[in-house]
Amino acid sequence: MFIKDFINAITAPYFLITAAAILLLVSLKYPDKFYTSKSGAIVFACMFGFLGISVLDPNFRLIVTKADNVPIVGMLFLVPFFTWFALREAVRNDKRIAEGKPLVEQEETADKVLTWPDLVYTELICMVVLTVVLIGWSMALQAPLEEPANPSSSPNPSKAPWYFLGLQEMLVYFDPWLAGVVFPGLIIVGLMAIPYIDTNPKGNGYFTLRERRWEITTFLFGFLILWILLVILGTFLRGPNWNFFGPYEFWDIHKLEALVNVNLSEYIWVKGLGMGLPKNPIIREIFGFLVVLGYFLLIPPLLAKTWLKRFYQTLGPIRFHVMTFLLLAMTALPIKMVLRWLFNLKYIIGIPEYFFNI
Amino acid sequence: MANFKDWLKETFKALSPARVGEYIQESQVYRSIFRVGVPDSDRKRMLVMLGNVFLHLHPVKVRKSGIRMRYTWCMGGITFFLFLSLTFTGLLLMFYYRPTLEYAYVDIRDLREQVPLGIMREIHRWGAHAMVIAVWLHMYRVFMTGSYKPPREFNWNVGVILLVLTLLLSFTGYLLPWDQLAIWAITVGSNMARATPFAGHEGPGSALLKLGDIAFVNNQSDMRFALLGGRFVGEAALLRFYVLHCVGLPLVAGFLMAIHFWRIRRDGGISGPL
Repeated sequence: MFIKDFINAITAPYFLITAAAILLLVSLKYPDKFYTSKSGAIVFACMFGFLGISVLDPNFRLIVTKADNVPIVGMLFLVPFFTWFALREAVRNDKRIAEGKPLVEQEETADKVLTWPDLVYTELICMVVLTVVLIGWSMALQAPLEEPANPSSSPNPSKAPWYFLGLQEMLVYFDPWLAGVVFPGLIIVGLMAIPYIDTNPKGNGYFTLRERRWEITTFLFGFLILWILLVILGTFLRGPNWNFFGPYEFWDIHKLEALVNVNLSEYIWVKGLGMGLPKNPIIREIFGFLVVLGYFLLIPPLLAKTWLKRFYQTLGPIRFHVMTFLLLAMTALPIKMVLRWLFNLKYIIGIPEYFFNI
Repeated sequence: MANFKDWLKETFKALSPARVGEYIQESQVYRSIFRVGVPDSDRKRMLVMLGNVFLHLHPVKVRKSGIRMRYTWCMGGITFFLFLSLTFTGLLLMFYYRPTLEYAYVDIRDLREQVPLGIMREIHRWGAHAMVIAVWLHMYRVFMTGSYKPPREFNWNVGVILLVLTLLLSFTGYLLPWDQLAIWAITVGSNMARATPFAGHEGPGSALLKLGDIAFVNNQSDMRFALLGGRFVGEAALLRFYVLHCVGLPLVAGFLMAIHFWRIRRDGGISGPL
């Protein structure tokens, strides 16, 4: 019981996301300690053990064995596995580079083999295995079919398809126009911009970490923490009314969470200056505007002079400013998360009259 | 008697599987289909790659490092194979399914209860989930090996669009069973479109687009209305999603896949260290 309560407590979003982010960054700092065969075996044994013991709990079992959630349990293992695998390969290659030896891939680059049979047979075997897996999976697990659609009774929780739950989780921190429209758009634009922003010629066609530390750290933070982890959080740990529920907690519709979030304007005008809120929304939100404009307009030139000086020199102004804009948009999410967790901040700019809330 | 024994022996020999196989391979019909025959020499192995329309997607020779599973994770291939399986099972499902409020749900229920060997919907649904994961992992691998770098920048972009199309295909398909899960998931998803800046009636800036008292962007002219063909997820939305799911999006995806595969070849094959 104590252990279950403990796990319920540490899977709370503020803790889970922070811990995962710190773990990721530390592991990328010391990759040769974290991404070894031994550590992989330990982590995956723990994960399987955790899953195996936890399914004994009825509340846990109910959520995890829901037909549509089964693939996400699979993903919960596949994504860490491939992360570990790719970085272990990268560590090996980095060691080879340091020793002046050719890369793992390089040893066979010059070797050309006939597509028939070498590749065609691999593909055939892959297809057969996949067919068997798909048919087996389909016979074992029936596709879900709930009650006929009823537009007048909405289930609680109402969830988007699972691959969009990262976006739905973002709704906790941002309004729909950002979480549902602007950020997804920026994710697509940002992904497409990657090859044009990243001018580092190294690391093309082989696994490496040391030669591309900056790119890989940024991408992994976005992909693993801000996408995959939020999908998993939204699937398994968000229940009725989008409240947080620990993995062993019963999804109680009546669970109440106090909404005590406060806008930045109230913090400053009411609590800071001891005045009432001004009537004019522009004046009321003037500090929010300053914060947001400063964030996007002042930080890039500042970075160009200090921390990211070398990028500004190698990338040139256009690439640099596109990159910093996309980066700042991405880090806006964890920043807003932290502000919410620490200060119960609701909106930096809050003009509900015009649906303009940030 | 001896003659008969010899005759039997000859006949038996002539009918042995190996010989029958040879007859078939030498027949005009077989030769007209498979020009090259069994690829038992390197020359024939090359010719078979050139002569077969499906295999000619591949080059004749490939880098050994490029086809290692530990390098490719096979995720691109798995994605494509899943797409083909989904096309096939989807076609079968279309025989049984009618996209109307009256029939959609009962047709799906009948698929489960009445149709013999009815696991096509299961294969279709689990295959679709698997495809989303496989696409993500494919992108992951391409990023981690730096394969988006020149000369493959454009193909990475095609890939990003294909990733989005995969999600849209899955999203449009999610509505079709017309059960509570479907309609509310699509309601939650499409509600986002209401908040599109300027183009959604609850989006920032839309209030500015008006002439006197007439608002151009209201709940009957905004982004969500365009997506659903109505103010709520109803019959029009079902038909719209059905057509997009079965015809529109697969066509676009197929078109882009052709470009994607073609560009792999043109950009120098599977990536590898220079």
